[in-house]
Amino acid sequence: MTALVSIKQVVKGYTRGKQRVEVLHSIDLTVERGEFVALMGPSGSGKTTLLNLIGGLDRPDRGEIVVAGERLDQLSSGQLAKWRARNVGFIFQFYNLLPVLTAERNVEVPLLLTKLSAAERRRNVAAALELVGLADRAKHKPGELSGGQQQRVAIARALVADPTLLVCDEPTGDLDRETSESILKLLELLNEHQHKTIVMVTHDPRAAHFASRRLYVDKGSLANAPLGVAA
Amino acid sequence: MKYLPLIWAGLWRKRVSTVLTMLCVVFAFALFGLLHGFSAALDGIIDAMSDTRLRSMSRVNITQPLPLAHRARMQMVPGVDEVSYYNFFAGYYQDRRNSIQVGAIDIASFNAIYPDIKIEPQYIEAMLHTRNGALVGEDLAKEQGWKVGDRLPLGSAVWTRKDGAENWDFEIVGSYRSPSGRVPTSELWINYDYFDEARAAANGTVTLYFLKIHDSASAAAISERVDALFANSTNETQTQSEKDWVRAQIAQIGDIAFFVNAIILAVMFALCFVTGNTMMQSVRARIPELAVLKTYGFSNTAVMSLVLAESVILCSVAAALGIGIAAVISPPIYRQFGAGGLNLPVAVVAVGMGLAILFAIVSASLPALRAQRLSIVDALAGR
Repeated sequence: MTALVSIKQVVKGYTRGKQRVEVLHSIDLTVERGEFVALMGPSGSGKTTLLNLIGGLDRPDRGEIVVAGERLDQLSSGQLAKWRARNVGFIFQFYNLLPVLTAERNVEVPLLLTKLSAAERRRNVAAALELVGLADRAKHKPGELSGGQQQRVAIARALVADPTLLVCDEPTGDLDRETSESILKLLELLNEHQHKTIVMVTHDPRAAHFASRRLYVDKGSLANAPLGVAA
Repeated sequence: MKYLPLIWAGLWRKRVSTVLTMLCVVFAFALFGLLHGFSAALDGIIDAMSDTRLRSMSRVNITQPLPLAHRARMQMVPGVDEVSYYNFFAGYYQDRRNSIQVGAIDIASFNAIYPDIKIEPQYIEAMLHTRNGALVGEDLAKEQGWKVGDRLPLGSAVWTRKDGAENWDFEIVGSYRSPSGRVPTSELWINYDYFDEARAAANGTVTLYFLKIHDSASAAAISERVDALFANSTNETQTQSEKDWVRAQIAQIGDIAFFVNAIILAVMFALCFVTGNTMMQSVRARIPELAVLKTYGFSNTAVMSLVLAESVILCSVAAALGIGIAAVISPPIYRQFGAGGLNLPVAVVAVGMGLAILFAIVSASLPALRAQRLSIVDALAGR
């Protein structure tokens, strides 16, 4: 396996009011292609900050981040946007679908930035919805779908542009146990059969159990998951 | 085009707010079309006026009569082809409040001077052979329900007959129309000779003279020569081309262009805040959604452009509706002002649409900047 994500000595902090708070301290991390990594840790530990850096949503204060062969810490905001469009699919806790668009229009959003024709976009959208088992809900708006179905639409949106990396922030945090399990099985399937590299932030040890590797972020530092957390 | 569903959906996220804002913009641009169209119509009226037709009245004011004898001397002026005359009648029909514009004319010379008025030859013949004959304008006939052959008892607030009676009896022998729509057809014309012989006072006088000339370039010189003929007499004249006369009448109203622009500017200024507020609320409500777009690779400029495009679509659709309304209701209004046949000028439509786009960009600039500067991380974290 080759490294898809390589993070070296990354430091990240935020200014809140007059105070500067360092959230991540000299993080080193490598994620191999095809891995399914779970990032765990208490609230405020820095796991979402780390996920944002891996997904190119934010830039580090110091250190080096290479994802899919690109030095993200050296890219401008515009270059990062283009890089994200090509390489990353995002899945959020609260789905973040556009409420006024139908499921298929929501899934189509990442493809609007490509040069695909309308017919090609429709084909890809249909395939993505088929993959998540929602082909029959294509014309429904998010408000007409259950939480689990909305998250499946969000997963289809994340997949539709065929990214190398899926970045998931608490993807089951808003779902009941049964629905959570079906979403996690879907992610597992995507990892095993579509060979998607997945980095997932979660509080839930059961969710983390679906990952091939579990890491623990605590007070801005990274460690392997302690015993009991990922059991 | 592929972004249109995204823009359209964003626009209709808050339907009530969007509809209300659109109504404001529709109203503002309807007003814009009407006012600018009115200003343009006045220019159209001036353009439609002949500069080969002169108008001569008393130098004192329009109510002072001029002797009919002036006509022969006017006809002697080089460059004058024909002279006709007109006397106000101040008529009313059945009720004093139902006033009718009536002019006593000499039909033969009047017809020669006004080729843009269409009178069928048989109606002219009938007027020439019926002393109390009258020609009714197309609009007036429609308004009063009159037709050829009707007997028409009219009263006059000014003119009594020699026998002291206020009532005049006319017979409608024909009608006239203006194919170009540029001459009002809201008058009744009667024979001057019949009227002058029958009236109790001011016999042998007229209110106005109309002079036909063949060279518009010499209108000013001929006017001066006509006025010079009667200078220092008890009946001095003031002569000018029809076009100059109308221009002077309109100028008396004031600087119409200034008033129109001031009103439009005030309305647009207020509307800018309404639209800007709608767009700001719309952006504020969609911060997480805009952040998601950025997450999926939409650049800062692209997100800003989406917000601007929403505003441009909202304003240009509403402005097109508003100007469309103005275009539909303007021609009848122009007709009332004697500028029939005119439509809302294309230039007003073009300027209106250009203004709508500029207005959309200005009013959405702050919300668009906010969307452009949006931090994905902060927006997704709800900060």
